[in-house]
Amino acid sequence: MTYLIDRRLQGKNKSAVNRERFLRRYKSQIKDAVGRAIKGRSITDIENGEKVSIPVKDVGEPSFGHAHGGVWETINPGNQEYQKGDLINRPKGGGGAGRGKAGNSDQMTEDDFIFELSREEFMNYFFEDLELPHMVKTQLTATTEFKNQRAGYNMSGTPSNIHVLRSLRGALGRRIAVGGNSRKRLEEAEAELEQLLLDGEALDAPHVVELKKLIHHLHTRLLAIPFIDPFDLRYSNRIKVPKPMTQAVMFCIMDVSGSMDETRKDTAKRFFILLYLFLKRAYDKIDVVFIRHHTAAAEVDEEEFFHSRESGGTVVSSALHLLDKIIEERYGAGAWNSYVAQASDGDNWDNDSVLCRQMLINTIMPKVQYYTYVEITDGPPQNLWEQYSQIPDHHANFAMQKIVTPADIYPVFRELFKKQPK
Amino acid sequence: MNDMTHQPSPKPRHPRALPEQSEWTFELIEQAHQEIRRVAENFGLDTYANQLEIITAEQMMDAYTSVGMPVSYNHWSFGKHFLSTEKGYKRGQMGLAYEIVINSDPCIAYLMEENSLTMQALVIAHAAYGHNSFFKGNYLFRTWTDAEAIVDYMVFAKNYIAECEQRHGIDAVETLLDSCHAIQNYGVDRYKRPAKLSMMEERARQKEREAYVQSQINDLWRTLPRREEEEAEKAAPRFPPEPEENLLYFIEKYAPLLEPWQREMVRIVRKISQYFYPQRQTQVMNEGWATFWHYTILNQLYDEGVVGDGFMMEFLKSHTNVVYQPPVNSPYYSGINPYALGFAMMTDIRRICENPTAEDREWFPDIAGSDWRKTLDFAMRNFKDESFIAQYLSPKLIREFHFFAVLDDDNNEKLAISAIHDDLGYRYVRQQLAEQYNLGNREPNIQVWSVNTRDDRALTLRHSQFQRRPLNQQAGEVLKHVARLWGFDVHLDTVAPNGEVVSTMEVKREKRARGS
Repeated sequence: MTYLIDRRLQGKNKSAVNRERFLRRYKSQIKDAVGRAIKGRSITDIENGEKVSIPVKDVGEPSFGHAHGGVWETINPGNQEYQKGDLINRPKGGGGAGRGKAGNSDQMTEDDFIFELSREEFMNYFFEDLELPHMVKTQLTATTEFKNQRAGYNMSGTPSNIHVLRSLRGALGRRIAVGGNSRKRLEEAEAELEQLLLDGEALDAPHVVELKKLIHHLHTRLLAIPFIDPFDLRYSNRIKVPKPMTQAVMFCIMDVSGSMDETRKDTAKRFFILLYLFLKRAYDKIDVVFIRHHTAAAEVDEEEFFHSRESGGTVVSSALHLLDKIIEERYGAGAWNSYVAQASDGDNWDNDSVLCRQMLINTIMPKVQYYTYVEITDGPPQNLWEQYSQIPDHHANFAMQKIVTPADIYPVFRELFKKQPK
Repeated sequence: MNDMTHQPSPKPRHPRALPEQSEWTFELIEQAHQEIRRVAENFGLDTYANQLEIITAEQMMDAYTSVGMPVSYNHWSFGKHFLSTEKGYKRGQMGLAYEIVINSDPCIAYLMEENSLTMQALVIAHAAYGHNSFFKGNYLFRTWTDAEAIVDYMVFAKNYIAECEQRHGIDAVETLLDSCHAIQNYGVDRYKRPAKLSMMEERARQKEREAYVQSQINDLWRTLPRREEEEAEKAAPRFPPEPEENLLYFIEKYAPLLEPWQREMVRIVRKISQYFYPQRQTQVMNEGWATFWHYTILNQLYDEGVVGDGFMMEFLKSHTNVVYQPPVNSPYYSGINPYALGFAMMTDIRRICENPTAEDREWFPDIAGSDWRKTLDFAMRNFKDESFIAQYLSPKLIREFHFFAVLDDDNNEKLAISAIHDDLGYRYVRQQLAEQYNLGNREPNIQVWSVNTRDDRALTLRHSQFQRRPLNQQAGEVLKHVARLWGFDVHLDTVAPNGEVVSTMEVKREKRARGS
């Protein structure tokens, strides 16, 4: 008795558990890799899977085996030149002819064990440090909402989607096209018959009978053309498109004076990424503008933003002036939702901080949706912090936080995440 | 039927001919299978009942990353194999193995959905008739595996280990399995014959065993003080009285600190390892036999007109790839291809039976001119790779493969060619090649030597050196795993053939992880 069984629908993802076990075991290595990836990647490119590599010796499954040494006598195929008694040099690197096949067959020659993390897995590791509330995580990882939209017509579909007008128009066209020849001949025949009768030809004259027969035949043919054919049917086509949402612009402002070292920049980057991810859920199109500043501010690309290093003092207001200018020039007139994320170590020239506060309260805050500020320092608050602390009294859409580790970032966004994105 | 029959024309179409198409359907697979079965039965292949299962590529990867069984317990290492297989497959670096067959009754063979009809027929002939008859006939499989019970046993193992994970935590189970896997090749009885057990008995005896084994161990490790004169009177009896080759068995029975559930898990790994032991010893024969039969069966179908030219071209292309043996200096060389060697030997035996030359009559007087089916059947049933090669490798094949022996002695500066395919070399090459397939030589010979029952309970393993070959780098790691299972210090002595201890390795078990 033989059975032929279709197993394709059963047992999908049976390895999911084993995969999860593997990730669980190498969690620390994977987290390192994710950390490196966050550093290396562009902010806008954060939502992809990642290739993770782990040194082979760490994932190895040891077993007893022979190492090279002692006496090995092996049989090999494909002798071309050797005679018994020939002496040959050892192949370099221990491989090749003299090498025994014994030992651990699982041994890989590569140095690293490389595999891909899926997007979800990658995002989970990314969120893990940030200690986001669960709801926020699902909000960020959720796939975009779609809406159904008309997209022309289709040859196939469900009966309820039949588009009557289109179908009949098609049928009419087909009837005209298919019947064209017969109709033309019919008209000719009828005209000829009329002419003959006018000329006084007898009704039973063979010529007339022939013509009548032909006219009858052509009529039948024309009637045989179906009024509507399955071929004519057109269905309204609907496709899913991501819900269009309004556009947003995100400003990243960072102090790049000498005191911002690599770790601080890395923390700042995570802060920017998080804002970006949030915006990405809420808006379809996001522009990201990078403004860096020391004593003067400049708009730069992402590469330069994170990797160049300047020294010297800090004048925060220079960045705010530039920000205001860019909003006015490119993102004004209410067509854009502006979000600002500012990161700094808190240093500023004393009299500049007051200026910053005034600028924010009077000029900038009314123009932006949300302004977030993080001060990456473990020292005591400096003058900028003190000045900024007064802003929330005037504007509710301002959040600030002093952070030491990435886990401190989230509170900055608390207000932002509380609101459901429209 | 037509008036052109007198002209040269293609063979008349067989009434049950398979259509020339590459898409398969269930009906066509059924039809192909009927034909293959008919031919296989005519050739006298004796098989378990077949169960053909259509699976997806993902399921195929899944099956061969979890030791090729339809069910298996969960472990990170299977996840690792899955990840690397998936990576290779998605990048297109590697095609998937197109067949997996499970030594069970009924014999389960997987057919992958993306294969063409030709490939499905090839897999059916290869796996469902070739491997299947080998599983049923070969003495190693008959002795060591119980085809009826294995799937049930795997289900039992999966459930038991899942239960242990719930009760004792994933980490505890995982570390134990890591340790067991490290020495799973040493969980095999090489000489003792097992008693067959059915699934039901196995389960019933498991509880009993837990209680009994625990009492035995307690007795062995009795801590009651003995009277001193008795102590002095006789030297401590050796334990174990004889060296034990099955490390996992020894640990399961005698490791002092393991809990009953841990012993049961050691046993599960050991049982599975034992189940796969015959496969490791019969690679050349098993693949050679299956390849020989798919070749023979499909050619028979072609001769009968059941399959057409297009089918045959596709089949031969695939078959030729499978049995290709790159020469030693090729960049693709990675040892001797078991399919190539096995297929060549099976085909050669048939040739010796049907068209023996004078050389064959001299080398194989018993089989030259005999009935090839009987001779092949006998060879399949009564040999393993090592003895099969020693018995049947003919000078003709040694010439065809251009086999040569290379002696690599680390005392000499250069490698020496010790034999080639000439009159002087045939027997030597054949003997060496057979040795190369002797598992006992391929794996280091490591056995339990003694246990210090009176003092620190240290376990001593003994590695009897073969041809002065040293142990690999991983040995230290493996020893740590052994120490974890044993619970006390573990020593590994490497001993030269003259009995002299060459080197020794030890792992101290400072602190027991488990408070007891």
